[in-house]
Amino acid sequence: MRRRTIRELPFHLMILPGFLLVLVYSYFPMAGIMMAFEKLSPTKGMFLSPWVSWKNFEYMLHLPGIAGVLWNTVFIAGMKMAMGIVVPVTFALMLNEARNRLFKRSVQTIIYFPHFLSWVILSGILIDILSPSTGIVNAALGSLGIPSVYFLGDPDWFPFTLVISDVWKEFGYGTIVYLAALAGINPALYEAAAIDGAGRIRQTWNVTLPSLLPMIMLMSILSLGNVLNAGFEQVFNLYSAQVYRTGDIIDTLVYRIGVENANYGVATAVGLFKSVVSFVMVGTSYLLAYRLTNYRIF
Amino acid sequence: MGRRAFVVMNYLFLAAIAAACLFPLVNVLAISFSASSAVGAGEVKLWPIGFNLKSYEFVLGKPEFANAFLISLERVAVGVPVNMLLTILVAYPLSRERKDFRFRNAYAWYFVVTILFSGGLIPWYMTIKSTGIIDSFWALILPGAVPVFNVILLLNFFKTIPEEIEEAALMDGAGRWQALWKIAVPLSAPAIATLTLFCIVTHWNSWFEGLILMNSPDNYPLQSYLQTVIVNRDMSLISAAELARWSEISDRTSKAAQVFVAMVPVLLVYPFLQKYFAEGIVMGSVKG
Repeated sequence: MRRRTIRELPFHLMILPGFLLVLVYSYFPMAGIMMAFEKLSPTKGMFLSPWVSWKNFEYMLHLPGIAGVLWNTVFIAGMKMAMGIVVPVTFALMLNEARNRLFKRSVQTIIYFPHFLSWVILSGILIDILSPSTGIVNAALGSLGIPSVYFLGDPDWFPFTLVISDVWKEFGYGTIVYLAALAGINPALYEAAAIDGAGRIRQTWNVTLPSLLPMIMLMSILSLGNVLNAGFEQVFNLYSAQVYRTGDIIDTLVYRIGVENANYGVATAVGLFKSVVSFVMVGTSYLLAYRLTNYRIF
Repeated sequence: MGRRAFVVMNYLFLAAIAAACLFPLVNVLAISFSASSAVGAGEVKLWPIGFNLKSYEFVLGKPEFANAFLISLERVAVGVPVNMLLTILVAYPLSRERKDFRFRNAYAWYFVVTILFSGGLIPWYMTIKSTGIIDSFWALILPGAVPVFNVILLLNFFKTIPEEIEEAALMDGAGRWQALWKIAVPLSAPAIATLTLFCIVTHWNSWFEGLILMNSPDNYPLQSYLQTVIVNRDMSLISAAELARWSEISDRTSKAAQVFVAMVPVLLVYPFLQKYFAEGIVMGSVKG
């Protein structure tokens, strides 16, 4: 037994630095959710401030517009989840039909470049091109006789601007996953279908889609965990007070309550609500993925 | 519709979508090289009009920009090796069989839990504050030093190395440390390269930590600085001398130039990312 412990010692040592950093910067904040039940006093700190029990949560429930924020979050996140499956699957199927390798490669190179740019950079670009007075998008609409649209300032447009710009950034990344799955389909299946007289469209329906289904299912299930992730980095860089009605989400609300108004207890309470719901969703999605598709994270 | 017509339409559609993805970048790039009068008149589309480098001269000569750029480079230079070292050190023991490492599952869950649950923004901030690194360079390095998602990707890759290779080395008297550095790491070079590129891009792109963990704008990395001057238009960070020069080069051309200078490092690593990326992504999500 002792020998075994000695033999395993190097493993413990290897893990130790990472273990400690995670303990401090991930587990310590988890203990810090106590703050959701405190009225934080700067001198007493995270763990010793006066206990106010559920007061911060009551305050949260009575925040004006809280229901709207929750709805915006789920609505924006839900649309992104749906588009995050539909667009990449469709695009991968179409790209798979293109036989010219150079063309395929070039398209892929272009479409997943935005994935590697930050929302700060992309917002800088979007703010310029979407400007109602000087942006090129409205100039193009204008030349078609369409009145200019304030994509970032009109509350009715804002959520859709978010979803479309999110597709722009991320669909290339998603497409690769499905292209890889498509490349893995056994060509004999297509030959067999062709011998049976199936045309291209029938082959797509009866061979390609069913082969792709497990991957589509897996990606859909895993995306369930994002139901409250409407995309803080994107919204924060694109929104303004004019579009709070449709564009304010839980994360931006936490930021404003906590960082701008320094109301730490309430911000922690709202954040905790999100963490708990997300935990349940992510946990369920991993469990489902494991049960249904035998997916395991490690 | 005939097969041929479909093929042509398909190519056209794909090309149009790709062009649409590139279009915003090209438009803003053209603006950055154009004369401010042409930009103001809305003449610039995909090609610069009145080509000049004034806005780039302005941006590169701006001390705040240069300072932030250097901080970001420093951050990548320190943060990426720290990330990779910790990723390798944690992933390797977790990739071993339970018979070789009894605590494997307990440790694995310890790390995975941090993906499933987090304390949220405020407790995270307070923790960092209480470790005394607010407003210091280490605030950009330590809190995110262990990228748990990368650890999982790498441990899954380590698992694919045939056990016999390592067993043979252990028979010959190699220790676990040697097995890690002499066998597991060299055999995982493509995976490690991919993750290194991920880390470079992540460090280069992250702006939020800089924004809230730094009190003094002099300590902002580039993306945090750009967040304040491009997205938020925080006038307090813009000096009077700068305002005076704006009449010459216009707000839009200078912003466009800043966006592109900030993009250069990503463009430089992109060809490599391209090469490894597909493998990387597949290794993460397609294992069943």
